[in-house]
Amino acid sequence: MSTSFSINGIAQSVDVDPSKPLLWVIREQLSLSGTKFGCGIGQCGACTVHVDGQAIRSCLTPVSSVEGKEVTTIEGLVSASGELHPVQQAWVDHQVPQCGYCQSGQIMSASALLARSPQPTDKEIDGALRGNICRCGMYGRIRKAIKSVDIAKADDALFYNVAEVDHV
Amino acid sequence: MSKWTRRAFLTTSAVAGGGVVIGVAMRPGNQVNDLAAKIGPEGGKLVHTYVQIDQDNAVTAIIPHSEMGQGVHTALGQMLAEELEADWDQVNVVEAPALGEYANYSLGRTYLLTGIDFPKILIPSIDGAMMGVADSLDMQITGGSMSVRTSGILSMRVAGAATREMLERAAADAWNVPVEEVFAEKSFLVHGRTSRREPFSAFVNKVASMTPSYTPAFKRPEDYKIVGRYVPRRDIPSKVDGSAKFAMDVNLPGMLYATVLRSPVPGGKVVSMQDNDARNVEGVHEVLVIPSASYSTMVGGFTAGETVAVVADSYWSASKALQQIDVQWSEVGYEEVSSETIFSQFDKDISAKTERQADVTQGDAEAIFAGATKVIDAEYNVPFLAHTCMEPLNATADVRGGQAEIWVGCQNPLGFRRAVADSLGLESEKVKLHNHVMGGGFGRKSVPDYALQAAHISSMVGAPVQLIWSREEDVRQDFYRPAVKSRFRAAFDQEDNLIGWSNTYTNKNEPVEAPLIPYSVPAQDIGYVSSPTHVPFGAWRSVDHSQHGFFTESFIDEAAHAAQKDPFEFRANLLNDKPRHLAVLSKVADEAKWSDPLPAGRGRGISLQESFGSIVAQVVEVTVTNGKISVDRVVAAIDPGLAVAPDGLAAQIESGIIYGLTAAMYGEISIEEGAVVQGNFNDYESIRMDDSPVIETHIINSGHDIGGAGEPGTPGIAPAVANAVFDATGIRVRLLPLNNFDLNYLVEEEGVAG
Repeated sequence: MSTSFSINGIAQSVDVDPSKPLLWVIREQLSLSGTKFGCGIGQCGACTVHVDGQAIRSCLTPVSSVEGKEVTTIEGLVSASGELHPVQQAWVDHQVPQCGYCQSGQIMSASALLARSPQPTDKEIDGALRGNICRCGMYGRIRKAIKSVDIAKADDALFYNVAEVDHV
Repeated sequence: MSKWTRRAFLTTSAVAGGGVVIGVAMRPGNQVNDLAAKIGPEGGKLVHTYVQIDQDNAVTAIIPHSEMGQGVHTALGQMLAEELEADWDQVNVVEAPALGEYANYSLGRTYLLTGIDFPKILIPSIDGAMMGVADSLDMQITGGSMSVRTSGILSMRVAGAATREMLERAAADAWNVPVEEVFAEKSFLVHGRTSRREPFSAFVNKVASMTPSYTPAFKRPEDYKIVGRYVPRRDIPSKVDGSAKFAMDVNLPGMLYATVLRSPVPGGKVVSMQDNDARNVEGVHEVLVIPSASYSTMVGGFTAGETVAVVADSYWSASKALQQIDVQWSEVGYEEVSSETIFSQFDKDISAKTERQADVTQGDAEAIFAGATKVIDAEYNVPFLAHTCMEPLNATADVRGGQAEIWVGCQNPLGFRRAVADSLGLESEKVKLHNHVMGGGFGRKSVPDYALQAAHISSMVGAPVQLIWSREEDVRQDFYRPAVKSRFRAAFDQEDNLIGWSNTYTNKNEPVEAPLIPYSVPAQDIGYVSSPTHVPFGAWRSVDHSQHGFFTESFIDEAAHAAQKDPFEFRANLLNDKPRHLAVLSKVADEAKWSDPLPAGRGRGISLQESFGSIVAQVVEVTVTNGKISVDRVVAAIDPGLAVAPDGLAAQIESGIIYGLTAAMYGEISIEEGAVVQGNFNDYESIRMDDSPVIETHIINSGHDIGGAGEPGTPGIAPAVANAVFDATGIRVRLLPLNNFDLNYLVEEEGVAG
């Protein structure tokens, strides 16, 4: 059975078991490997992607549930011209990643937070990021990086710098 | 030999016996022409084992260590570039391939040359260790907080300086000027008098035919321009845009996916299996049983029981199918064992003192305790711990036609290659191993069990296979940080001076000095009893320091309070002959404003721990509200000798603290009916954003030998937290994790506060 949705601005149609989790469709069918498997039960956040702008755990999301929706992965945050999203740039500026395995998910959670709350409080950061475990323990750097992002100065497209791509 | 583990080998080998001195620097000639044929540098020329120079004058530093987040590729690149006088902006760093030329000979040499103080208790086994050295040519280990202080100093620095000398010689010859007048600067060679200036790349052909010096002249540390400075890590850009390629990101044509299950009780074999439902899951190709594996080596040996594997066209299908298999495992004799029986056994063995071995016997402890004015005693326990790297274990293998190719993230590429080869009955040369950046390692990825499983599955199905472990398998089939019980007594004279320290604990591993204390206590009796369990041992970030740091730094705190002294002052007064320790302790106390009073409900705790050649002190502030502990702030000070990459070092300290804090607050692997109970992050919890403290790190560059960075942050956090909880509540926590404590209950029901 086929499921159609947009991923990073490109229309896709995949013919898989509709209960297959979005994570494994992204990795196996769509060959986008930036979204990571960490726990399989929605506990660690390594698989976080955006569905219609909301951060969700793709390991628990049946692909059928994103029918007709816009999915954005870490690869889709980079602009068409290759410019890093402001959150990604903040991650570089603050030297956030160590092993880096959780960071796609952290960045997706942080960028969804900033899109709805441009100057988040510590409590908002706690709430939005507590679903993302970092076993290297870079929480302090993540917090600093999030607070350093100046949304006002960021590009209009802001959190969806994806170029408009024709929806086939 | 069987007693020897990886850590013992690393900390004790090659201490004596010149006959086993081995290393790149001892082999004659420039091996780059042979080597270049193997690694085939594109667009460039290999001029030294560790240095490639391209036509566009870019320098590539070839780093013989694995990247698991610790920033080693950048730090070692800095060390090489510094001595080479390379332009850092034109330096690339790459990981060395899994070839014998890049084995870590320097690990042994470090200790040979620096003549460490060899612990007496290990002397009987030296001969065994020496044999191990000879057998260790497949060692390419990243661990033990060793990379900078071994390969960095003896391989990278030497390679950089030797290459610079060859370049200077080649330029002097070409320009017909005295070599003393030629110098290297920002990837160019310069002759001031004749105003000549040409890039490194102009001389590479000449250099590749020269023999590198084994004893080049090094720069003075005060002249460093790259080492000791902030430079952005080279691996970070690829870790923010999803482009970093972890082993699980490999995607081969025709690749199948597999997932596995081993016996809940380690060592079990498949007695029977109902796998019809699994075979009927769409996309499933095979259900296999892989035989038991036992691989014994000085570095990363293991024993594992049989494995049930499902091979499918998707991980998800394989995972679904595996859950539908009903396996009956053979009994192995540990089915009655639980955490409770293990700690009872520890208790019995410590009390019996059967074959107690001494680490330290100093003064007449028996007489001191007999004549003491006051004696306190205490018993501490810590549970088993799993590693839970963010990236679950995985490996991709293509084993066909009498050869094998393996894609994996591991802490010992050569060792893994050898293990796979031996396991398949192939020569090592028939196995090509691609090592990837790891999503965490923490010691777990030094054991090759998962790579062997992947190789066997691929071999059995005759296709490339990516094996991915479930998180549950990752938690339940780990090689665990051991549980330990430790019993203490302290003796005081009538002026409340600490005059005696007695400690007996279960099961010694490494590093050998972990249970020792830096404090000058006249009589000391520290030793251990053997009390083996069936739970597989693994090196876990900081290894034995992770338990003994908690024990000794908590008990010294108890001693301070028993003597009615301030815990900082008490420690400081016992460090008269340890100026580096005292400086670190004083620094952290100053920075944390140790003496400033805190409001009720808050508390401060301190710890001091030397490990892996670095000295770390920590002050923790906690708030205890309605029995719930919040760790608010951690101030750390470290003397690593010299911080090669200061921000990288600070990041490692932050990381080590959070890793240790997870263990202190939540970490517990418990055993029931012989098996691990926990299985995922819901019941094996981790510190998260909302309970992570603010951490600040202060670095003291004392100029002593360079120490480690990856592990020294971990041991001191648990005792500092427990000491802070005592300061806040009057409750002494002697059992981890803290989350198991109901501080409310203790306060209300037993009235022990204050």
